[in-house]
Amino acid sequence: MRARVAFSGAIHTATPEGLPGRTEQLRLDDGRLVTGAEVVWLPPFEVGTIIALGLNYADHAKELKFNSQEEPLVFLKGPGSLQGHRGTTRRPAGVKFMHYECELAVVIGCRAKNVSRAAAMRHVAGYCIANDYAIRDYLENWYRPNLRVKNRDGGTVLGPWFVDASDVADPANLALRTHVNGQLTQQGNTRDLIFDIPCLIEYLSAFMTLAPGDVILTGTPEGVVNVMPGDEVACEIDGLGRLVNTIAADESFGR
Amino acid sequence: MSASVCTIPFEIAPYRLTGAVYGTLLNHRSALAELGSKAAQPPYNAPPRAPVLYIKPRNTLAASGDAVEIPAGVSELEVGPCLGLVIGRTACRVPEEGALHHVAGYLIVNDVSIPHDTFYRPSIRFKARDGFCPLGPAVVPRDAVVDPDALTLWTYVDGVLVQTASTADLVRSAARLLADVTEFMTLIPGDVLALGVAWPAPRVRAGQCVAIVADALGTLSNEFVLAAQ
Repeated sequence: MRARVAFSGAIHTATPEGLPGRTEQLRLDDGRLVTGAEVVWLPPFEVGTIIALGLNYADHAKELKFNSQEEPLVFLKGPGSLQGHRGTTRRPAGVKFMHYECELAVVIGCRAKNVSRAAAMRHVAGYCIANDYAIRDYLENWYRPNLRVKNRDGGTVLGPWFVDASDVADPANLALRTHVNGQLTQQGNTRDLIFDIPCLIEYLSAFMTLAPGDVILTGTPEGVVNVMPGDEVACEIDGLGRLVNTIAADESFGR
Repeated sequence: MSASVCTIPFEIAPYRLTGAVYGTLLNHRSALAELGSKAAQPPYNAPPRAPVLYIKPRNTLAASGDAVEIPAGVSELEVGPCLGLVIGRTACRVPEEGALHHVAGYLIVNDVSIPHDTFYRPSIRFKARDGFCPLGPAVVPRDAVVDPDALTLWTYVDGVLVQTASTADLVRSAARLLADVTEFMTLIPGDVLALGVAWPAPRVRAGQCVAIVADALGTLSNEFVLAAQ
């Protein structure tokens, strides 16, 4: 497991010092020992195309009153929305419903074109946690979910760690949970994905060539709740760590 | 992304594209007019308010001269001629007035799609296929285009003029669109924002060649071929 951090004017790879997943102390690639609080956490890999799934857990689909699907509901996100661990995401004044989405992010490791389900997992480099924010007030029924809902600055949070595929025994059985200000609000398990990882890679690679660094955000289970400025949102996935983000009001962004 | 698109002639800062290309839905008056009252009916329920954008991911990018593959089982593709802004200066919450100072230059974008009849939640497989976003032939500096809001794009299929579209007929002008988009998402140097396609989009079959021509921007030319099985 490794992070990308900015420290002392440069970008470094860093590994947890001590127990895996702990963010208190980091060992930089040049040997320096630093605290997690004195670095800036960046998305933990060079991110290519960001592919996201809507309604890929049966319980969340029910929560949003969707019926069963024939085809995965896929949308794309842009690089401008990316942010690392311990960042802040803006909640505009006057908004009624802004929510997080804790998701397993699957990072592609090698070129994938017309890959079968059976061969799909060989194209996975590793995993990380994603928090895919949405502001539902801005939902319009044109090319849903429209970018104003889903592709806002700071709306795609990745990290803290990139974890090699070989270090994740069973990506189809990982518990996810989100705490808001320490209170458990969302729980799920990747075994409940409607379209699982091999299926998604087979589906996508049939029409778009996936390249190293492309990432698939596999969707979120039920339990998305409104978050307010000052709230600390912590998304956890077994074995991948804990991704923290704070909601901030317009004033923090000079508005 | 084709190898040639990485070397697209680009003699001004920032010298290269980031690979992020955003398209704008229904920003040509003809496209909105064609929808007419349907825009207010289900499943849309209301005409678009904010700009409706979509992403052409990096696997779709292609250069002038690259062949575009028509997938098996599809008889025709739609071509989407539009003007693309290449961002030159980080654009976050830019006011409409002066917005074009954030533009380094312009290029022609051909936003290719598999024909589909819904704008509600179309599958990305209609627009995000490999090679479905030829652009170029070059990035021309901002000053080379006298008025980006009065630019005509002529589209030829096998030498026959099939569409004449002007940016004068956009719902949101280049500057207005930049202002409204950067209200919620920041664009950085090398990002491309395509301004929107006129209705009806020309259609092409395998074996045909599409050339999109605009004053000062040159000719974006691509042949459409059957996908190899």
